[in-house]
Amino acid sequence: MERFSLDAAHLLAGGMVLVSFMMLYQNRILGLLNVFAAHAVVLSLSVAWQAYVQSAPHLFVTAAIALILKAIIIPVALHHMVLRLGVHRDIETVGGIGPTMLMGIGLVALSMVVMLPAAAEADPIAREDLALALSVILLGLLIMVTRQNAISQIVGFMSLENGLVLAATGARGMPLVVEISVAFSVLVAFIVIGVFLFRIRERFDTIDTQALDDFREGRE
Amino acid sequence: MGLILAILIQGIQMVLVLALAPGLIGFTRKVKARLLRRQGPSVVQPYRDLLRLVRKEAVLADNASWLFRNAPYLIFATTWVAAALVPTFAAGLHFSWAADLIAITALLGSARFFLALAGMDIGTAFGGIGSSREMLFATLAEPAMIMIVFTVALVAGSTQLSTVAEFMVDHSTLRVSLGLALIGLIIVALTENARVPVDNPATHLELTMVHEAMILEYSGRHLAVIELAAALKLLLYISLIACIFAPWGMARQDDGVLGMLVGVVTWVGKLAIGGFLMVLFETAIAKMRVFRVPEFVGGALMLGFLGTLLLFVSRSF
Repeated sequence: MERFSLDAAHLLAGGMVLVSFMMLYQNRILGLLNVFAAHAVVLSLSVAWQAYVQSAPHLFVTAAIALILKAIIIPVALHHMVLRLGVHRDIETVGGIGPTMLMGIGLVALSMVVMLPAAAEADPIAREDLALALSVILLGLLIMVTRQNAISQIVGFMSLENGLVLAATGARGMPLVVEISVAFSVLVAFIVIGVFLFRIRERFDTIDTQALDDFREGRE
Repeated sequence: MGLILAILIQGIQMVLVLALAPGLIGFTRKVKARLLRRQGPSVVQPYRDLLRLVRKEAVLADNASWLFRNAPYLIFATTWVAAALVPTFAAGLHFSWAADLIAITALLGSARFFLALAGMDIGTAFGGIGSSREMLFATLAEPAMIMIVFTVALVAGSTQLSTVAEFMVDHSTLRVSLGLALIGLIIVALTENARVPVDNPATHLELTMVHEAMILEYSGRHLAVIELAAALKLLLYISLIACIFAPWGMARQDDGVLGMLVGVVTWVGKLAIGGFLMVLFETAIAKMRVFRVPEFVGGALMLGFLGTLLLFVSRSF
């Protein structure tokens, strides 16, 4: 039973890494939003399993927050935003899916190499969860770096935050207050970014962040 | 006596895979038609097609070489040997020492090599385009397969399928790497069998076809043999996935006749489930553009790579 709970926890955390790769692979905005919702669902399953294994009922609250906020509210809101901005037909140029995937594998290798010796003293369930969580975080950063469209950058940011929650639940003893405040700060950040998006769009007629760089260069 | 019996059981397996392969194709076509709310041809239709093709005269182009005439038999022979080696209803058969994952990959690779050569032999444009596309996909699908083999071998400690199957029954665990390998193997199987997201087995639309383009010049008994080889390949892949990831119900080395019968029944059940799931997936999605396929197959390569990586870094994945 001990062994099985460990394996299931690893499988769910590994599933998150896999879904992160699916996000890297996806180059359509609406598809990306669906995969992001799947990411949040896997996260909430993983957190719920941790809650069951560690018999820590407050983690169920975290799982519920992840499910409601990140799997339903944020994707639906982003969906509306995409439709209102009229960018759902845009297919982004990511700069080659192959190299991006290779970079992603390199990041996973990096997080394993860094995390496993660093947390060698911790119990196995926390150690390997931390390594996988770090991979999810780095992959989220990679999504933000390789995308030009501001909406997919938001998705990268949110998936990064999913990795943080995964890391927090693997290490036991994270207070509920901290988790709730993190969840709501993400929601606030989401609203602020949403307002910004419309402002950017008003000024530049596009949400391609490349336009911002060009503008700055033009002033010099 | 024991040796004769062992060889006999191996022979039964060889005949069984050959006999069931067209039935599996017929079953998938029927299920697909029913999912699209059509009536669909009967399950035995592929057998009738093969019979009709065997009876027909084989027409050859004027400039067909010996390669074109012999390739169908070579393709069929290598595919049949590979399909007969995969443990289906029983592990530890007489030739199970040869049922090595790398050997099976190599047999399928040589079948593909001959098919691509035969596609180019006549010199028509379609054969050439089919061969070039097939090789494009193969350059990614074969390394992906090898990486998946490494992942499975690192977990089970052997590349022999019988040993792998017995290991999986005895130490059934949830492993991240095996999950990645399963998804990767499904992608490889869809690519190798020219199923929907990669190629459409039911069409002759020249812009999209890969497998059909290579065999366009074949007729009569040559075509029958190639079609049978394609059916065997589908059966092989479903049996392979079942053998590695769901080996429950398979007869052990020292099980009696009853164990074998249970093995046959569960194997046929697994084939039906596998075929049904494949068709369900096919019905749900559209075919990809040819130039998107390398990304799809590259995903399988990436998964195999990731699985091996996780296993190397930490033994407990």
